[in-house]
Amino acid sequence: MNETRSSPAVSFEGLTLTYGKTVALDGISLAIPAGRMVGLIGPDGVGKSSLLSLIAGARAMQEGALDVLGGDMRDAGHRRNVCPRIAYMPQGLGKNLYHTLSIFENVDFFGRLFGQDREEREARIADLLESTGLAPFRDRPAGKLSGGMKQKLGLCCALIHDPDLLILDEPTTGVDPLSRRQFWELIDRIRADRPGMSVLVATAYMEEAARYDWLVAMNAGQILATGTPQELLQQTETENLDAAFIALLPEADRKDHHKVEIPPFEKDAHGDYAIEARNLTMRFGDFTAVDNVSFEIPRGEIFGFLGSNGCGKTTTMKMLTGLLAATEGTAKLFGKEVDPNDMAVRKRVGYMSQAFSLYGELTVRQNLDLHARLFKLDEATIPGRIDEMAQRFDLDDVMDVLPDALPLGVRQRLSLAVAMIHAPDILILDEPTSGVDPVARDGFWQILADLSRKDGVTIFVSTHFMNEAELCDRISLMHAGKVLISDTPQAIKEKRSASTLEEAFIAYLEEAIGDARDQSAEVRPQPQEAAPPAKDEIAPAPSSFVSRYFDPRRMLSYTMREALEIRRDPIRATLAVLGSVILMFVIGFGVNMDVEDLTFAVLDRDDSSISRDYVLQIAGSRYFIEKEPISNDADMDRRMRNGELNLVIEIPPGFGRDVLRGRGVDIGGWIDGSNPQRAETVSGYVQGMHAAWVSAQAREALGRNVTQGDFGLEIRYRYNPDIKSLVAMVPAVIPILLMMIPAMLATLSVVREKELGSITNLYVTPVTRFEFLVGKQIPYIVLAMLNFFLLAAMAVFIFRVPFTGSFAVFTLSALLYVSAATALGLVISSFMKSQLAAVFATTLITILPAVQFSGLTDPVSSLEGAGAFISKLYPTTYFMIVSRGTFSKALGFGDVSSALVPLAIAVPVLICIGTLLLKKQEA
Amino acid sequence: MLSSTVVQLGIKELRGLSRDVVMLFLIIFSFTFSVYSAATSAPETLNRATIAIIDEDLSPLSGRIATSFYPPYFLKPGMITHAEMDRRMDEGLDTFALSIPPNFQRDLLAGKSPVIQLNVDATRMTQAFSGGGYVQSIVSGEVSEFLQRYRASTELPVDLTLRARFNPELNKGWFGAITSIMNSITMLAIVLAGAALIREREHGTIEHLLVMPVTPMEIMVSKIWSTGLVVLVASTFSLVVIAQGILQIPLQGSLALFLLGTVLLLFATTSLGIFLATVSGSMPQFGLMLVLLPLQVLSGASTPRESMPEFVQYIMLAAPNTHFVILAQAILFRGAGIDVVWPQLVALLVIGALLFSLSLRRFRAFLK
Repeated sequence: MNETRSSPAVSFEGLTLTYGKTVALDGISLAIPAGRMVGLIGPDGVGKSSLLSLIAGARAMQEGALDVLGGDMRDAGHRRNVCPRIAYMPQGLGKNLYHTLSIFENVDFFGRLFGQDREEREARIADLLESTGLAPFRDRPAGKLSGGMKQKLGLCCALIHDPDLLILDEPTTGVDPLSRRQFWELIDRIRADRPGMSVLVATAYMEEAARYDWLVAMNAGQILATGTPQELLQQTETENLDAAFIALLPEADRKDHHKVEIPPFEKDAHGDYAIEARNLTMRFGDFTAVDNVSFEIPRGEIFGFLGSNGCGKTTTMKMLTGLLAATEGTAKLFGKEVDPNDMAVRKRVGYMSQAFSLYGELTVRQNLDLHARLFKLDEATIPGRIDEMAQRFDLDDVMDVLPDALPLGVRQRLSLAVAMIHAPDILILDEPTSGVDPVARDGFWQILADLSRKDGVTIFVSTHFMNEAELCDRISLMHAGKVLISDTPQAIKEKRSASTLEEAFIAYLEEAIGDARDQSAEVRPQPQEAAPPAKDEIAPAPSSFVSRYFDPRRMLSYTMREALEIRRDPIRATLAVLGSVILMFVIGFGVNMDVEDLTFAVLDRDDSSISRDYVLQIAGSRYFIEKEPISNDADMDRRMRNGELNLVIEIPPGFGRDVLRGRGVDIGGWIDGSNPQRAETVSGYVQGMHAAWVSAQAREALGRNVTQGDFGLEIRYRYNPDIKSLVAMVPAVIPILLMMIPAMLATLSVVREKELGSITNLYVTPVTRFEFLVGKQIPYIVLAMLNFFLLAAMAVFIFRVPFTGSFAVFTLSALLYVSAATALGLVISSFMKSQLAAVFATTLITILPAVQFSGLTDPVSSLEGAGAFISKLYPTTYFMIVSRGTFSKALGFGDVSSALVPLAIAVPVLICIGTLLLKKQEA
Repeated sequence: MLSSTVVQLGIKELRGLSRDVVMLFLIIFSFTFSVYSAATSAPETLNRATIAIIDEDLSPLSGRIATSFYPPYFLKPGMITHAEMDRRMDEGLDTFALSIPPNFQRDLLAGKSPVIQLNVDATRMTQAFSGGGYVQSIVSGEVSEFLQRYRASTELPVDLTLRARFNPELNKGWFGAITSIMNSITMLAIVLAGAALIREREHGTIEHLLVMPVTPMEIMVSKIWSTGLVVLVASTFSLVVIAQGILQIPLQGSLALFLLGTVLLLFATTSLGIFLATVSGSMPQFGLMLVLLPLQVLSGASTPRESMPEFVQYIMLAAPNTHFVILAQAILFRGAGIDVVWPQLVALLVIGALLFSLSLRRFRAFLK
């Protein structure tokens, strides 16, 4: 411990990171002292997260040198050694958590990843949940937690293994002030317990940063300044960090900056209200999202709505705009009650939602134009109005650019322009400035001020930034669906005799929450006693050190997690269990090549006993159904066109007489050729029957000697004597279905983690790539085997395909085969980034070779070139042999062993390839 | 005015689609390349079948027979023994094994009617069916040519002249191309409409729309008309340029009537796409649901409905494509007119209306 204190926890030199053309980190160098709470400050997109993920070892290094906890992070061996000593909580609320898993299951999963045994895990989890106040909610799914609780849970997961370096990426963004304070108190307590621990935090809240030990101010991939908060303030001669940060920016970036100036609000003489809410309540089932909220907002006022994520701000706004009908209470706009079906009210309201939500596929101009038209602006005035907006919001230069290419600050101005296009009287803004840099944010607020004071627009804005709240004329503090207080910021502070708005807010929150939360504050001293003993002494190694290369517990932690997730995702679970059954059903019934019940009719122009005998021959066959005779050519044409008849036989006049005289006669037959396959079958049947009839006639007419000198060709249809297409098809379809869906689910299981961000857990915990992959594979092998038994049962009991061989062999080979199929899915997953692409690509990659090159239609032995090569490598080829062999050919172990060996080889080979392709760090 | 909003939103969809490279690729691919390859690569019934010959006669005649199998129908036959035959067929190496008995030629000439045995691996359906006939006629041809010197024909002069209507050469490519167009219409209508909705939801733009003077009905209708239009234009192009132009498929009936049917189908399937999108909620889950798209095989597009079990036929009457397939095959292949296909048009309209109102209800609930 002591040695780390003297040397820096993290040091880097010339560290550079680029994503394509974007430079995230531009050759920065720094030594970060150990044992301190170090803050990275700066707006979104300046490289804070990139730097943290490099330090955590989650992202692969590009250029420069980086030492973490006394070793080179380029060295995989060092990374493996230090990862149990580092904890990393990525950005985004609960990004590395699993939302369908409960609180306990989440923490437990991490405990297993660090190889802790049950006893240790349970003790630690109980302790952590107790100290974070999460214990009463241990069985609640992570997805259903409030932002603050999610972050506490994230912290529990990070602290399960007593790290020496705790890396937190914007842990409190979007969390209410009380939870935020509790979060920091928790961190303080933990630090008091473990004085050697270094904490590295990125934050967007400058007021939070003021309490850290040491700060690193970043902008555009560069480090602007470092030092204690006090030093930074002195250096810039400013009063707060916001101002200090702006002062630190390069000249070019801050030249447009002006301090926001809002003239005092003078209430309209009429005294009418733009927005009135009275006892608004919204319930979703048992859950009360908004509880008895009332407020009045006079025309032209800037009204702030302050609260954490999920406290009911957005729901209230939706009720005000008529998007949601209130369960109880009334909302009035301009004195008229809001009616969700009243389109006229909507025209007086402009709305800007939380995330950027304009059309990325339309240019700036097209976006403005679309909204102007949707608001039914007069066609002639639209171009003028668009130009006016462009000028006012300074968008002239970017009119033909796609919004996605624009910086965040410009996009926010565009959103505002869109919300203002129809000159509304009320503007409703839902957290408009999240993540925007301070200069752009102040510019944005200046525009709002002008709109309010000059144009008399009523502005209703929600935020979780206290310094923005200070700019509002009046604010409401909201928590858990309730408005705690509404007043001017100054009055609120005075009422609570607090020096800052945040303190006042916390005071109100504490009062509102009352006893429930106090408990968590009171248990404060206890966790230290309950903590696992003597952990400080054995560090840096975690208390239960297990094999670095393979640990079944780590592997099974992924297995268990995966199984829980499937169980809780109805669509995936249904597809996993029933997908192949449904497809088998479709193919079994749909791709039936047995052609029966063909319709035919006769145009008999002879009507003799011989002609009737001829027709009887066809009508008597089980393949044909005779329909009413045809009266004339027009009748025939009509009935063939509407598809009633598949076959028409025309017997010429004098047919019977000519046959008896041995004169040449021609019978005409018309087949419906619209389905050529069926037409060919019909043609075959008819020709066969014709030949039989002719030879029977000939035998009668010419006596027995015609057959003399003939030979016979006896056809033995082996394995499927009744030549039923189901018997042929079903055993061949099982291998294809057992390839496609298991492979797809396995691919998705990995790609999902990539897309959701929880893949970080692979990057920063001791779990190996092999454990990760095989752990995920196991539940899908089990599911695929379940599928296998269902398909086999379906084949035998529903489709009545006789099973003649050894079922044990069939099962064994199926086990090998589905292992190979899922392993193939894992290999594919390393190339995929999005789940949608994974679904399409896996279908294509698995189905094509399975259908074309595995002997489904053409035997493998008839393939050549690339096809033959693929068929030799592709596992379906071998399982197809076993499936057909055991179903129809009565084969046992000895007969198919030559096909089992390649399957047995494929499994480890594919797993190895998958392991090698999987990255243990983000590229 | 309702229509102007619907038009504007639809235009927005079209603009958005024009920038979605993946979807554009999917549309172009399904209506050109995929149709073309379905037409040209439709497999011949017999192609490179594997055959082995057990020649126990070793006479000139048996030698003739052994050399009469050649590509493209058959691979060069392997000469094997009886002992090898079982193993090779068990392993699936040979589809056919032709066994010529000892003294075949001598017995034939002596009029003793010797018997050649053809073993067929009937687990290979496609080849087993047609291949048996081919082998039979090849062997008969060789034998009768061999016998020609000895005997004159004693056939009874009754001929059956079979002609196929609507597709005289029984060109499978025609069927394949049209089937592929029909499948693409259904698939793309569902994918495009569903993706259009999910994209808006994932980008948060749907909420934005709702605060404007726009109703859910208008949003849904705008998606239906815009995606429907894209698919309609693409399928017309495919039918006229790819099928009629490049592939030279003579289409029989009225194109206008077919397009009317297509419009009704699109009304139903785009509604279905929106319904599925509201059920799945996210793009990946929507993608997973599409795995079940092969259900459309049961509509009768690839294999005739008559050969399916009756209960499947009844169930599939609820699916719009079943009626569309009946209609399309009647019009395009058999030149049927409205007097023939009106029941299908009515059925499509009814199913479309039901799916539309169902989707609209779900869509409204989904927006809450």
